[in-house]
Amino acid sequence: MCGIAGFVGFDGRRPDAAMLRQMIRAIAHRGPDAAETFHDDHVGLAHARLSIIDHSGGGQPMSNENGSLWVTFNGEIFNFVELRTELTGLGHKFVSQSDTEVILHAYREWGESCVRHFNGQWAFAVWDARERTLFLSRDRLGVRPLFYTWVNGQFVFASEVKSLLVHPNVRREIDPLALEQLFTLWTTVPPRTIFRDIFELPPAHNLTVHEGQAVTQRYWHLDYVPDDPPLSDEDYADQLLELLVDATRLRLRADVPVGAYLSGGLDSSLTTALIRKFTDAPLRTFSVTFDDTEFDESRFQQDVVSRLNTDHQSIRCTSDDIGRVFPDVVRHAEKPMLRTAPAPLFLLSQLVREQGYKVVVTGEGADEMLGGYDIFKDAKVRRFWGRQLDSKFRPLLLNKLYPYLPNLQAQSPAYRQAFFNVRPQDLGSPFFSHLPRWELTSKLKQFFTPELKAEIGDYNVYEELLAKLPFEYSRWPAFCQAQYLETTLLLPGYILASQGDRVAMAHSVEGRFPFLDYRVAEFAARLPTRLKMHGLNEKHLLKKVARDFVPESVLNRSKQPYRAPDAKSFVKAESPRESLDYVTDLLSIDRIVDTGLFSAGAVEWLVKKLRGGQITGIKDNMALVGILSTQLLVDQFIDPQPQSSPVGQRITERVST
Amino acid sequence: MKAIQQTLRNFVTENFLFGQGGDSFSNQDSFLESGIIDSTGVLELVTFLESEYKVSIADDELVPDNLDSIDRLLAFIERKLGDAQKCA
Repeated sequence: MCGIAGFVGFDGRRPDAAMLRQMIRAIAHRGPDAAETFHDDHVGLAHARLSIIDHSGGGQPMSNENGSLWVTFNGEIFNFVELRTELTGLGHKFVSQSDTEVILHAYREWGESCVRHFNGQWAFAVWDARERTLFLSRDRLGVRPLFYTWVNGQFVFASEVKSLLVHPNVRREIDPLALEQLFTLWTTVPPRTIFRDIFELPPAHNLTVHEGQAVTQRYWHLDYVPDDPPLSDEDYADQLLELLVDATRLRLRADVPVGAYLSGGLDSSLTTALIRKFTDAPLRTFSVTFDDTEFDESRFQQDVVSRLNTDHQSIRCTSDDIGRVFPDVVRHAEKPMLRTAPAPLFLLSQLVREQGYKVVVTGEGADEMLGGYDIFKDAKVRRFWGRQLDSKFRPLLLNKLYPYLPNLQAQSPAYRQAFFNVRPQDLGSPFFSHLPRWELTSKLKQFFTPELKAEIGDYNVYEELLAKLPFEYSRWPAFCQAQYLETTLLLPGYILASQGDRVAMAHSVEGRFPFLDYRVAEFAARLPTRLKMHGLNEKHLLKKVARDFVPESVLNRSKQPYRAPDAKSFVKAESPRESLDYVTDLLSIDRIVDTGLFSAGAVEWLVKKLRGGQITGIKDNMALVGILSTQLLVDQFIDPQPQSSPVGQRITERVST
Repeated sequence: MKAIQQTLRNFVTENFLFGQGGDSFSNQDSFLESGIIDSTGVLELVTFLESEYKVSIADDELVPDNLDSIDRLLAFIERKLGDAQKCA
């Protein structure tokens, strides 16, 4: 797994080789094993390498036999073995065992539609020297990142924004509309990023740059059409198990040992169990534990470890740890965040790396594909109640929601009903499932300064989302509409990014996700919704499949989302005078006023309230984490002047004229 | 009565609006409808009332009819304080 960067220019000047080297050095953490660049008269490509498959023959940027195609590639094409056989049968000759070479031959054979043949997680750029075309692609669900911008007629791309910011002419500004999106949806909506005029290639999209023009095209999407008539539950269970075993097996293809994350939940327990049961790979497992019992899941982790007899290690994470590493987490995430949950995973990848592991299999994607999230349950109850708002009994189902939120559980029935209030006009909204979350989050905008609000103007994030919904959306079952929103917004924008790739790659660790195999995703999209949420029992089919493999305690536990201590990692009620220096600095009136995004008076009240030790809820926690992470982002990326590149590893340079 | 009303307004403005827009809600505005209060907010409000006015609020009093605007809060607190005096 790796980092990539490059540019293609159209102004007749030779590419700047020194800048190319600086760009790849900026993301050396993604690939500490080697760095190489290639440039000719038009294009510069760079690659930072983390050796996982074919240590000897996988050097990049890689060219085909006659040098007409070059590729720089981050990620994995898991079915490269099968593709190599297929392409060999079509007359292609391979010189290495690497999946990178498969991309070159597949592109030669199938052109841009080569990506439809790939089963993997990728961000890559292919330079077609004959056509003078740069072809970029990103995997279907957005596991690997890819950013780009235009500077003086030059198209510049990289795995991370910090690599683009090396370019002296790239502007460093926060995009106000991105803040409006993030403080509503918890993420920006691609191609927009938090940085003005820097874009993200959306998942499942290709981008072709030719003669100064860029064309973006979606090459894949999920269509949620449940089978009619459906198969039997047993047939679906058999199919799902078969798919998951194969998806897991493919993801163990590596020339280095593969570890597994264990959260204590169903999904990672199952992927770990499948590794144990269906492969003979040695199994090392890794977990985060918390002092705070509200977040800790170690009891369930231990149950899985005992059952599967794995070689296990965990890292104990405190709120102090989170406070300490948070600036690094934001520097890697390159995006404000409303939760601290990426921080413990940053610490976990450090542990994994220290143990000599570069690859981990994890359970991400199961909740989106197979119906695990509370937001699906919440929407189901509210919709059921909304059909008969006068019902005395329907709202009693609200008691079943969010058992792990004590402040909600403490409510009287009257207030509980009031909080889940279903407004008749919302029942027809395409965003019905997500409106409560988005409206709650939108309250954080009360902290925005009048100037920021004026810049945002009458921009409406819902209208933008509405315009981006696929044509088929209105025909999908309501449950699947909610799945689509989670799968296209929060999954790539937060779960796989700030909480996934970025904190893992901070320590050169690559995550692999069997539930995000596109065959699993397409299978799940065809399932009857009752197999996802049966009554209010989430992930019904997955539980049926998991029954033979995971401990009873994990199977029967109530669903608990992965969370971590938020505001108290930074502002301590018990010792209000003690605060981390950077927190005191960045939340000071002067710094808040300097940044100009948040109202200094409001931030002061918020901090005072948190220090006072009163009860604090989701909104106050999100506000503090959101404001602090935004301040960190400005401090780290917007304010500093371009620096000369740090001294780094030796970079091998290749030139073609 | 004015004093209690002002104390309540100050609490809501500082604690839920972080000093922003204290003039923008009237004494009749519903906290729920205007989004001023969330589930934690109800608990914060009750904790505040109990400590500020030394009253004890029963479970069945935790309803929007008692707590969902400045006017309703004022009426509720005056009733509670009156009850406390009668008991004394």
